[in-house]
Amino acid sequence: MGESLDGVKGKRVVFVTVGTTRFDALVKVVDSQEVKDELLRRGYTNLLIQMGRGSYLPTKSTGDDGSLAVDYFTFSSSIVEHLKSASLVISHAGSGSIFETMRFGKPLIVVVNEDLMDNHQSELAEELAERKHLYCARPPTLHLTIASMDLKSLVPYSPGDATPVAKLINRFLGFPED
Amino acid sequence: MEKNTSCSFSNLSSNLGISCFIAFIAIILVRVIYVIYGTGKPLSKRSPQQALSTLIVLGSGGHTAEMINLLLVLQKDRFTPRFYIAASTDNMSLQKAHVLENSWADSSGVKGISAEFMQIYRSREVGQSYVTSVWTTLVATVHALWLMIKIRPQVVLCNGPGTCFPLCVIAFIFKVIGIRWSSIFYVESIARVKKLSLSGLLLYKLQIADQFFVQWPQLQRKYPRAHYVGCLM
Repeated sequence: MGESLDGVKGKRVVFVTVGTTRFDALVKVVDSQEVKDELLRRGYTNLLIQMGRGSYLPTKSTGDDGSLAVDYFTFSSSIVEHLKSASLVISHAGSGSIFETMRFGKPLIVVVNEDLMDNHQSELAEELAERKHLYCARPPTLHLTIASMDLKSLVPYSPGDATPVAKLINRFLGFPED
Repeated sequence: MEKNTSCSFSNLSSNLGISCFIAFIAIILVRVIYVIYGTGKPLSKRSPQQALSTLIVLGSGGHTAEMINLLLVLQKDRFTPRFYIAASTDNMSLQKAHVLENSWADSSGVKGISAEFMQIYRSREVGQSYVTSVWTTLVATVHALWLMIKIRPQVVLCNGPGTCFPLCVIAFIFKVIGIRWSSIFYVESIARVKKLSLSGLLLYKLQIADQFFVQWPQLQRKYPRAHYVGCLM
C-alpha cells in the first residue's frame, strides 16, 4: 500500500543477513524468482545479501532491465551501515541480528533455520512476532510473508534495560544504593 | 603373642584409617551443606571502595553482546580487577571486551587497564565424537581449574555459554574447600523465552548460582527461584 513510487523510483534496499552462520536455505530462497518477484511487487529495488559462511552463491544482477538489482558479500566488520540504509531487513534468527535491526527501527522478517539442531532461536523470533515487533517466516513460506506483510502494523521495540539486574547484583553484594 | 600384637596393630591402623576417611567425608558433607545454605544469602554491607575481583564469562553469538550491555551499567570501580574468559575458538568475544575496556580506560584517563583476558579450552566442539570428547572435557576441566586457581574471583558473571558451567562448578568447590567464597550471578540469555539453556538448567537445579535472572516472564513462572528482570537488550 503506497509502496511503489510512480515516476522517479527511489532506491529501496532489502538487506538479508545470516550473521556469522551458514544459512544456505535462506540465501537460496531469497535468490529465487518467487521471492524476487514478490519484493519487486512490493516496491523494492535492490537486494543485498550478506551470506556468511554459506556455500550457495546468488546471481548478481544490475537491475538495469527493471528487475531487482542483486548483490552479495560474505562478511563485513560491521553491518550497521547496511542496516541503516535498508528499507526492509530479512535476517536469520540470531538474537544479535534481531536486536541490532530493531534498534534502528527497521522492518524485519526473521527466518528461522530449520536445519539447526537445537532450535532455541525460534522461541525468541516467535515471541517477538507475537508481540508484533517483527514478522516470522520459514524459507518455504517467505514469499507469502512478503506478499501479505503490513509493515505499518509493526510495533516499535523499546530498547531493554540492564539496570534492574545491576541493582539486584549491587544489593546482593552489600553495596549502597546509588 | 607377637602375632596377636601385630594383628591388633594393623586392625588399629586400618580402623584409624577408616575413621579418618569417614571424618573427612563428614567434614566435606558439612561444608557442602553450609555452602548450599549460604548460597543465595546476600552479603553484609560493604563500602563502594571495597572492590570485588570479578570473572566475566563471554560466549559466542549473542552472549557477549548481552554481557557487555550488563557491564555498561555496573560501576566498574566496584567490580575490579576484571577477568574475561572466552572459549579458545571464539575470536570475537575477547576483542569486544578489549574495545570496552579500552573505551573505559580512555574516558577515565587511567593508564593501564585493570582487566585481564584469557581463553579456555572447550569441553567439546560442535559435532565432535563423544569418544574424543571424554578426553577434551578432562583437558578443559583441568584448564578451567588452573585458571580459577589463578583468578580466585569474588564475583562470577555469566549468561549461558557452555564454558560457564565448569567454571561455576569450580567456584562452588572453592567455596566448599574454603579457597574463596564467591557470589555467582547467572543471567539467562534473552533468546531463552520458554525453556532454560542446559547451563542455566543445571545451575538452577543444583542451586549453584547465588542469583539467577531470567528475561521473560514465562521462565519466571516455570522457575520461581529466578528473578524476572525484563529484557536486557
